[in-house]
Amino acid sequence: MKMAIRVFLLLFMFFSSSYPTFSLYEDQVGLMDWHQKYIGKVKHAVFHTQKAARKRVVVSTEENVVASLDLRHGEIFWRHVLGPNDVIDQIDIVLGKYVITLSSGGSILRAWNLPDGQMVWESTLIGSKPSKPLLLVPTNLKVDKDNVVFVYGNGFIHAVASVDGEVLWKKELASEGIDIHQIIYPDGSDKIYAVGFLGFSEVAAYQLNVKSGELSKPSNLLFPAGFSGDLSFVTDETAVAMDSTGTILVAIHFQDGQIRLHQTPVSQIIQDFSGTAVILSSKIPGMFILKIDSSVAFIRVINEGKLEVVDKLGHTNSISDSLPLSDSQEAFALVQHGDGKILLTVKLSGDWTSNLVEETIQMDHQRGIVDKVFINSYVRMDRSNGFRFLIVMADHSLLLLQQGEIVWSREDGLASIVDVKASELPVEKDGVSVAKVEHNLYEWLKGHLLKLKGTLMIATPDDVAAIQKIRLQSSEKSKMTRDRNGFRKLLIVLTRAGKLFALHTGDGRIVWSLLLNSLRKSEACENPRGISLHQWQDPHHHALDENPSVLVVGRCGHSLDSAGVLSIVDTYTGEERSHMGPLHSIIRIIPLPFTDSLEQRLHLLLDGNQQAHLYPRTAEALRIFQQELGNIYWYSAETNKGILRGHGVQKNCVLEETDDFCFDSRDLWSIVFPSESETIAATATRSLNEVVHTQTKVTGDQEVMYKYISKNLLFLATVAPKAGGPIGSVTPDESSLVVYVIDTVTGRILHRMTHHGSQGPLQAVFSENWIVYHYFNLRAHRYEMSVIEIYDQARADNKDVLKLVLGTHNLTSPTTAYSRPEVVTKSQSYFFTHSVKTMAVTSTAKGITSKQVLLGTIGDQVLALDKRFLDPRRTANPTQAEKEEGIIPLTDSLPIIPQSYITHSLKVEGLRGIITVPAKLESTTLVFAYGVDLFFTRLAPSRTYDSLTEDFSYALLLITIIALLVAILVTWVWSEKKELQEKWR
Amino acid sequence: MDKGKAVMGSGRRWAVELTDNSTSHSSRDIPDPPGFTRASQEQDDSAVSKQKKDAEANWKSQKAWEVAQSPFKNLFMMAFMMWMAGSTVHLFSIGITVSALLQPINALRGVGKVFEPYKDNKVDLLAPKLVFIALNLAGLGLGIWKLNTLGLLPTHVSDWVSSLPPPQEVEYAGGGIQLY
Repeated sequence: MKMAIRVFLLLFMFFSSSYPTFSLYEDQVGLMDWHQKYIGKVKHAVFHTQKAARKRVVVSTEENVVASLDLRHGEIFWRHVLGPNDVIDQIDIVLGKYVITLSSGGSILRAWNLPDGQMVWESTLIGSKPSKPLLLVPTNLKVDKDNVVFVYGNGFIHAVASVDGEVLWKKELASEGIDIHQIIYPDGSDKIYAVGFLGFSEVAAYQLNVKSGELSKPSNLLFPAGFSGDLSFVTDETAVAMDSTGTILVAIHFQDGQIRLHQTPVSQIIQDFSGTAVILSSKIPGMFILKIDSSVAFIRVINEGKLEVVDKLGHTNSISDSLPLSDSQEAFALVQHGDGKILLTVKLSGDWTSNLVEETIQMDHQRGIVDKVFINSYVRMDRSNGFRFLIVMADHSLLLLQQGEIVWSREDGLASIVDVKASELPVEKDGVSVAKVEHNLYEWLKGHLLKLKGTLMIATPDDVAAIQKIRLQSSEKSKMTRDRNGFRKLLIVLTRAGKLFALHTGDGRIVWSLLLNSLRKSEACENPRGISLHQWQDPHHHALDENPSVLVVGRCGHSLDSAGVLSIVDTYTGEERSHMGPLHSIIRIIPLPFTDSLEQRLHLLLDGNQQAHLYPRTAEALRIFQQELGNIYWYSAETNKGILRGHGVQKNCVLEETDDFCFDSRDLWSIVFPSESETIAATATRSLNEVVHTQTKVTGDQEVMYKYISKNLLFLATVAPKAGGPIGSVTPDESSLVVYVIDTVTGRILHRMTHHGSQGPLQAVFSENWIVYHYFNLRAHRYEMSVIEIYDQARADNKDVLKLVLGTHNLTSPTTAYSRPEVVTKSQSYFFTHSVKTMAVTSTAKGITSKQVLLGTIGDQVLALDKRFLDPRRTANPTQAEKEEGIIPLTDSLPIIPQSYITHSLKVEGLRGIITVPAKLESTTLVFAYGVDLFFTRLAPSRTYDSLTEDFSYALLLITIIALLVAILVTWVWSEKKELQEKWR
Repeated sequence: MDKGKAVMGSGRRWAVELTDNSTSHSSRDIPDPPGFTRASQEQDDSAVSKQKKDAEANWKSQKAWEVAQSPFKNLFMMAFMMWMAGSTVHLFSIGITVSALLQPINALRGVGKVFEPYKDNKVDLLAPKLVFIALNLAGLGLGIWKLNTLGLLPTHVSDWVSSLPPPQEVEYAGGGIQLY
């Protein structure tokens, strides 16, 4: 007996002291997580369709991705995500086997192996001053038996060997202030020309020797009227530019080092022209495109600078670059928009009237207009030319069209998610058909029998495969109805293109998508841009027949004071219920903790004049708001000035026309940070919908600590202005990091702490009564994470058990920020190995489950770190009571347990954000990480203590119960018989 | 029995009464067999039986005391078990504590029954009963003490406030860094 107790105690100690890890088994991958790869909006595309190799297209995108796509299916062969500051300028293919990328403003040139995407070489091209990056890949030019690539960037022209990236020669061109617009290599010659503007009104052309880079005397020509915009090259010898007034076209000829100009007023070739015209960049031989108001004109350059209008089209449309065909002709594609369809035409550059191809293709209205088109040709069976079109739509999706049909499409808009909100799915309706149930029952039994076989290890390899398939394709998880555990939801995402997508959490498929009307280009709104998403209506208690909806906030321009636009979108149907705007500017959006009878959340939108606008604009909302008017405050962190201000909402604003929904605000308090030593680096607040289960924390020795829980707390960190640069740019003595915890109602600083010798980048999360933040410690040369926990000392006197039993305490009565708070903070710091891109914290339905901090690491993975490691009560030698409470002995650094990477072996390339959504099951939280890739999974920070695992074999349980029942029956009959026999004896 | 009577009543010719009614009073109306006097037998035994009864009373009171003291051993046993179980909450310690609580309670409920066999006019059962009750109460106390050391008694502040939701706030403030 004693032995048993000892063993039991030992086991208990073992389990209570071991750290919980949340790793997956290999066969569980993909059961509750999904991962999607994207590339972003395509900027350049180069086709590689030689007969022998697999047909592919190499693209570079605005997310700084260079990728090789399968031309048949649109799948990614390989992909590289360059850093956020390493913007790709140009791509091309050399030698038929290397992909060349020029990035970072023409200072980094890389070659990637075409078949597998391995990097072959990289050259850093150093220059003096930034300039327009240019890449020229001559098809058949050899210098010392090497194929050469010419790069112009940072004022230097470089000749780079394409085999090994060695710089053969370089020459500075920018020394005289010339702004090079184009490098030209006339086929077969031994010279290259660099043409550009010198200053504002002078054309200059340099001549360089291909082999040595020797510079011959530049030829200049002054044009007193001045130029505007770009040089547009029509042929290797002729370029067209616009004069500074935008009314005269200038044709520029370069010939044998001579420059000649030829001026043509636009009004001379185009009737009833007024205003200004802009030359659109294009690469069609002998032709250029002029944009006049809303129409475009195609103008051909006939020799000696004579211009002739070929055609004039009214619609906005896209034109591809020209493509050389086999018979020394060049073709280009023109896309025009019709009603719900697009018209594709391919023309020869020399012959406008006839079309090589004319196709009409039905196009989803939600994709918007065509943004870019790339063409590629192939030889058909009958030796004629066929064309493939790669088009980029306004929603950033990528489509391949061939023979009038969409071959494949990629939703690459999802690579640039701006904001995410989760929405419930509809409740399941009654009346499921019998046949379906029977089918399901049969399937269910079959599935469970298979599982049982797996459990009893009698399954054949085929069975194992079938089990895995059933698990992965479980129809349960992708149903379009709400489930009991709340795992199935819709993720509403807003992309930079202004498109809303609804993704199903079960398998990540797109349920609906909507290119918002308010975020489409229009006369009133030139450059619309989506800013954020907000939960508008989320019926839970009443108004249950209403569908939930989200509020999409956008802005018309890039400046802060440009007009705002609002849309309300139904999340079940994906229809835009209403849209408003353009209206007042939108600087801040404050969701209020009040809802009206339709469960529409009240929102305050603050404009540039510090006026607050109430939405929804209903009398009921106004009544609710008026009741709470005195208790609503707002604060603004002005990062550029280093001021934190608090404001109260006052009476209606004074305008020409009365607006009941507009309120003035008054300044209440301000905190001015000393500008010579502190600039605001980061802020963090608690999320509005976070649920906290209890206000107390009970320690191991039955003591009670009252948490200081307030929604009105702001965590704010400042760094020394000098330390704003990258790590290592300042000495530890010059840099310090100050953190504040501020009550945003009264402006009271509750806590202030300085980390000497530390600097940003700073990431922080605020949850319940604690803050976790990550920064760099310059003295220790390591990243550090700190935790601050805030406790309420004013409540600590509530020690009378009798009062608590009778409920005569005031612990749950409403509190005000104006009562004097007595807070105590505890904090601790730890070293941490990784640098962190983004941080989040898990949230659960009732807030009972312990928390995990989710860290987006620099390697684009998501690491879950238990909050227990970030506990300021950790000590090097915890007492017995503390050990029982689960306090981990203090170590100097936080452990990184490989199994706690929730992204397991996957990478969320370009990781930008992580959001967590509570499931209905208390133990579980849903995690969505987004960047260029998307990743979704389910997390149980304290394991699933409230449900059986999905692997639980119900069949085994059933069989056990049946077997036991049978056993009872048999033994009963048997005992009856025996008893009878006894009696007869 | 009722059925039998009913059958007799319906005119059965004969019946054999197999039950021995010799000691019961119901058979008093039947005359005793010749030479048997009931009264003399009772008087003859009285002297012997008195002696016997005294001895029995002694024995009974002795036994009653023994019974009364029996929880004492149990108490030690229980205390030892509790010490073994330790002060952490798990299946074993809970089991021991529950049994330590249930045993005295059951014993207290059955005080009358325990002392039933020793009930006698001449034996004073009050004192043993009191001792028995006291010892069991001590056992119960031990159980409760154990419960308390396990932290299962709601005597601490923490037991009453641990599920209190955070208080509502009167004011609300939102805002932040401007949207870009």
